[in-house]
Amino acid sequence: MTIDDWLAVACADADRRGLADLKPLLVTLAGATRALREAGWDAAARQQAEESAPEPRAPGPPPEDGAAR
Amino acid sequence: MIAPLHFHTISALAPLIAAGHVSSEALTNACLQEIAAHDGALRAFITVLGASAIAQARELDAEIAAGVCRGPLHGIPISLKDLIDQQGVPTTAASRVREGHVAACDAPVTARLRAAGAVLIGKTNLHEFAFGTTSDDTAFGAVRNPHALSRSPGGSSGGSAVGIVTGMSVASIGTDTGGSIRIPAAACGTVGLKPAWGEVPCEGVVPLCRSLDHVGPLARSVADAWLIYLVLRGEATAARWPLPAPRPVKGLRLGVPRHYFHDVLDDDVRARFAACLAWLRHEGAETVDVVIPHAPGIAPVYLHASLPEAAAYHAGSLESMPERYTKNVRLRLEMGRYVLAEDYVTAQAARAVLRSEVDAALAGCDALAMPTLPIPAPPIGASTVDVAGTPQAVRSMMLRMTQLFNLTGHPAVSMPMGETAARLPCGLQLAGRLNDTEGLLATAAACEPFVNP
Repeated sequence: MTIDDWLAVACADADRRGLADLKPLLVTLAGATRALREAGWDAAARQQAEESAPEPRAPGPPPEDGAAR
Repeated sequence: MIAPLHFHTISALAPLIAAGHVSSEALTNACLQEIAAHDGALRAFITVLGASAIAQARELDAEIAAGVCRGPLHGIPISLKDLIDQQGVPTTAASRVREGHVAACDAPVTARLRAAGAVLIGKTNLHEFAFGTTSDDTAFGAVRNPHALSRSPGGSSGGSAVGIVTGMSVASIGTDTGGSIRIPAAACGTVGLKPAWGEVPCEGVVPLCRSLDHVGPLARSVADAWLIYLVLRGEATAARWPLPAPRPVKGLRLGVPRHYFHDVLDDDVRARFAACLAWLRHEGAETVDVVIPHAPGIAPVYLHASLPEAAAYHAGSLESMPERYTKNVRLRLEMGRYVLAEDYVTAQAARAVLRSEVDAALAGCDALAMPTLPIPAPPIGASTVDVAGTPQAVRSMMLRMTQLFNLTGHPAVSMPMGETAARLPCGLQLAGRLNDTEGLLATAAACEPFVNP
């Protein structure tokens, strides 16, 4: 859902519930949601996860015969 | 002039009580007299427990006479923010929504204080349901700042801070979801500690946002906050008392995040903070600039993380008794019902990013240092304040420095760092490593003598 669509639906719902005073707060929230979505948090979280993931282990020598497996 | 005993610290009073030189009853009576004299104007308390507090004090005095001292909190009058359950006493949350509620049992933190010998003197006023930073939206009348009665004491634990600086209690227990311990501590000129998340139990405490809520002390010194923190955490303080002497400032390394945190700052607060760092450097501390790269995104993250959790707790009463909320709190709770799930989830991912960035900023540092509030206490009822010639929303100003550490869970403490030209208190905030609240307290105790002229 786009933020503009969400804001229109939310304001209409606030009107329907007799909460017209809520509409300026919803406009503020819409601005904050826009900022949240544009900040790239999910990409930053993915990058952090990749950077903190353990390095893949280099393959070791094959176990000798009789070694525990 | 020497201050009356009920204005002293726990650290100073505890040996006197233990030795029988000061009685808990006299101390408790002195606090009750301050409440009777001044609380009509300040509205710090919702419930005053005069008779039960005196009875408790007498029992504790009898224990001392019999040679039993429970530890440093023995006989000390302490108040509880009225979100915290005390058996047989209403927990109002400063709201008409809670009319008729009486707590069936003590919250774990209340039980721990009681076992440690604290005298539970009363329940303090707050921003309704702790959902605000100014303590003026409350069913029990706006709390007033004793430094200027037309000003807010900060919030939401406003009554707790006011009670400490006016001698109505020696210390208090508050809660902090975006800064609600540290903000009033800074606005009123006292110490407030938000421990690391999860260290102190929140059961028996009316929640605001469960993943952001913290319980912690407001007190007259870092050492006092430390002693109470140990009790709240469940430690036997008798074995840890007295605390070790503060470590030297020389050799401390403080990280100073300026980007975002210094972008909007009152001129007097900026000057006090600069002076504070200069004193610490003069004493041998090192200060280094650090960066929290995503700091400009903190406020939207906090909004989307906190609003839905608050709305979820209140959903039932928003439907059944909406008229019992104060208007502003009801509207903000309603706002939370419109946050989309996808944005709440993004906010949770953002919290992990911010946590890593704070950890990185703390690497090689003993603590991060910044003003607790970018402005002095705002006028009661103001929605905006002028900062360096630009109007700014009070709510976003009040939360600007503190909410980050609720999102990340790092421990943070506020302590006085002097006053503005208009004689309004300023606070210094130090934030420490996750799971090292005592390390943070040791750093704060070292700095304390040098930051409040």
